[in-house]
Amino acid sequence: MPFGNTHNQLKMNYSAEQEFPDLSKHNNHMAKVLTPDMYASLRDKQTPSGFTVDDVIQTGVDNPGHPFIMTVGCVAGDEETYEVFKDLLDPIIEDRHGGYKPTDKHKTDLNPDNLQGGDDLDPNYVLSSRVRTGRSIRGFCLPPHCSRGERRGIESMSVEALGVLDGDLNGKYYALKDMTDDEQQQLIDDHFLFDKPVSPLLLASGMARDWPDGRGIWHNDNKTFLVWVNEEDHLRVISMQKGGNMKEVFNRFCTGLTKIEELFKEKGHEFMWNEHLGYVLTCPSNLGTGLRGGVHVKLPNVSKHEKFGEILKRLRLQKRGTGGVDTAAVGGVFDISNADRLGFSEVELVQMVVDGVKLLVEMEKRLESGQSIDDLMPAQK
Amino acid sequence: MASSFARVLSSKRKVGILSLVGAGSLTVGFFLNREHVNAGSNVRRIYPASAEYPDLRKHNNCMASHLTPAIYAKLCDKSTPNGYTLDEAIQTGVDNPGHPFIKTVGMVAGDEESYGVFADLFNPVIKERHNGYDACNMKHPTDLDYSKIRGGVFDDKYVLSSRVRTGRSIRGLSLPPACTRAERREVERVVIDALAGLKGDLAGKYFSLTIMTDQEQQQLIDDHFLFDKPVSPLLTCAGMARDWPDARGIWHNNEKTFLVWVNEEDHTRVISMEKGGNMKRVFERFCKGLLEVEKLIQEKGWEFMWNENLGYILTCPSNLGTGLRAGVHVNLPRLSKDTRFSKILDNLRLQKRGTGGVDTAAVGSTFDISNLDRLGQSEVQLVQTVIDGVNYLIECEKKLEKGQDIKIPPPISQFK
Repeated sequence: MPFGNTHNQLKMNYSAEQEFPDLSKHNNHMAKVLTPDMYASLRDKQTPSGFTVDDVIQTGVDNPGHPFIMTVGCVAGDEETYEVFKDLLDPIIEDRHGGYKPTDKHKTDLNPDNLQGGDDLDPNYVLSSRVRTGRSIRGFCLPPHCSRGERRGIESMSVEALGVLDGDLNGKYYALKDMTDDEQQQLIDDHFLFDKPVSPLLLASGMARDWPDGRGIWHNDNKTFLVWVNEEDHLRVISMQKGGNMKEVFNRFCTGLTKIEELFKEKGHEFMWNEHLGYVLTCPSNLGTGLRGGVHVKLPNVSKHEKFGEILKRLRLQKRGTGGVDTAAVGGVFDISNADRLGFSEVELVQMVVDGVKLLVEMEKRLESGQSIDDLMPAQK
Repeated sequence: MASSFARVLSSKRKVGILSLVGAGSLTVGFFLNREHVNAGSNVRRIYPASAEYPDLRKHNNCMASHLTPAIYAKLCDKSTPNGYTLDEAIQTGVDNPGHPFIKTVGMVAGDEESYGVFADLFNPVIKERHNGYDACNMKHPTDLDYSKIRGGVFDDKYVLSSRVRTGRSIRGLSLPPACTRAERREVERVVIDALAGLKGDLAGKYFSLTIMTDQEQQQLIDDHFLFDKPVSPLLTCAGMARDWPDARGIWHNNEKTFLVWVNEEDHTRVISMEKGGNMKRVFERFCKGLLEVEKLIQEKGWEFMWNENLGYILTCPSNLGTGLRAGVHVNLPRLSKDTRFSKILDNLRLQKRGTGGVDTAAVGSTFDISNLDRLGQSEVQLVQTVIDGVNYLIECEKKLEKGQDIKIPPPISQFK
């Protein structure tokens, strides 16, 4: 249970066997990993803020999953969750992040000059480019567990920091609860507005409590840099623009993030980060870079090719519909982004997207003119 | 599985050892002083109460009407012996601002002790919801003596079906918003163990939601017995849907006239129903069934949550007292179009709903008519109110059929 958790000790009146969840119909990472013995050894532990293993797994217990889509099935309530419950989370992280071991180190690289190319993706095919990540403020509980006071504290610190940004990053904050109807409509039209989560995966973890208190959207005047406050993470940071200039998008992304981090440090706050897990976020799937860099790209021919799935896999890319996760493609336009989050740096991941999309566009052009793409098949990255 | 469980018997904490042998099961139970979890000491606060106070400016529910910053500050660091806190109790009301026309309660209890530990908030909410009932000073009458009922057999031409429902909670186990998985499973075990002891026209069968076959599920749907995972955010935000469908199920007698829901919004919901207008018989079966189940759980050392101020303790304050809703599906084609219909219902202390239950609209001219009140009057009194009221409504309908005029009855008093 989020926050008011002193009654987590109540379950110690019962044996581990009596409390162990029924996971017989479940298909998610948590259910694959959590054994009765592991549960027994973890259930009397809690993080300094009182988050327990039952809090971690509630979303996975409530959402058995889907035979085809493997959800994570657990969340962190604070930074220490990943340490206190490492016996559970390390194997989940390993499975979710392509074999990432508990001893592995994660590279952070937010130097946009290290990106090669990326400013010349063909705008006839690449309609828009976007990079997003998340950041958590050290010392505060994460959305599944935070109190109203903490959430408001995160909001006011973030608004203060964002208020200092100027030049290309000069912008404005819109608190969800004070928004006017006109502001709301504008944000909807810009595709910026986020709404109260409806996904049971999120609701079951407690992150929608007290909605819309402490939530809001900040964006720069140019509408190319956007920050969500207190949605699924403390901060979600998004850089985006129409067309194929991923280099510019990534430049702004890195510049903005670095500036925001400096501003927080000036006030004595830092982001949750460590050299093993990189940036720490609510969902284990977003550890490391938390980065999803992608484009909306027209691939009507390539997408029908029998090897499309294999090509994406080798390029370490993932396809989604243009509505984002769990949507279908419309009119041959796909959202193509990096599949990885942890174990590669930001530069490496965006490089994969840039190189991969360039290749896909080339393949599309070949197929358009009736030529083969066999010689273009990439090796596994 | 060998089970070891802690039990609490009544509000007087007894210490002793009692060996209990029930029919068909050998269990040794202990009456123990429940180990009190550190009340409040583990609550991590980095902000003062004023920074944690919820924003209720756009809210319209009973909790929001009565939760002042002062009451919040007084109660926010307290917890029940099980560790349930104020923030948890009010979460559903914070998350669901409500509707200008429908005033929801906006808070729940996580255990029996919630009503005491958070009385400073529960009592004004109870007072508002139950029309001035003073939980500190008034006593709630419990009366399941069905022989006192007068009349209660309605004309089948008007009354299509009759139903009485209530809930019961097992003392010593946390309520659905707060219970652990093991507690919920314990509720299930205790209840189905007792139900298995019912005989005669009450003999029946349990269908666990986790292992139900497709055929069983379809049959329960066809019988209109099946309950599904709550979708109402009023319920899900309170945490009652956790671990669904673990330890949830439906029990009904072979004749399909007595039904018990296990671990939905309350530990148990008990329903007696029949087609036709024999409310008298429905209530008789209701009382017999309830009393028999109570006897069976007492044989095993358990009891229902009850006290003399609040009557039967349930999850939602709106269901305190009797937790009883007695109603009929009744055809009132002329009366329902009369402009005086609502006023007549008000004065008779009745409520109308659509035939789909709460928050549904009437289909055609068939209405669900039931008692408004839950607390401050006994079961017998409330059912009599429904019987007398429905009789009056049918009389009005008949008069209108003959072209005669009808009268609005004088308002009946609430607390008898």
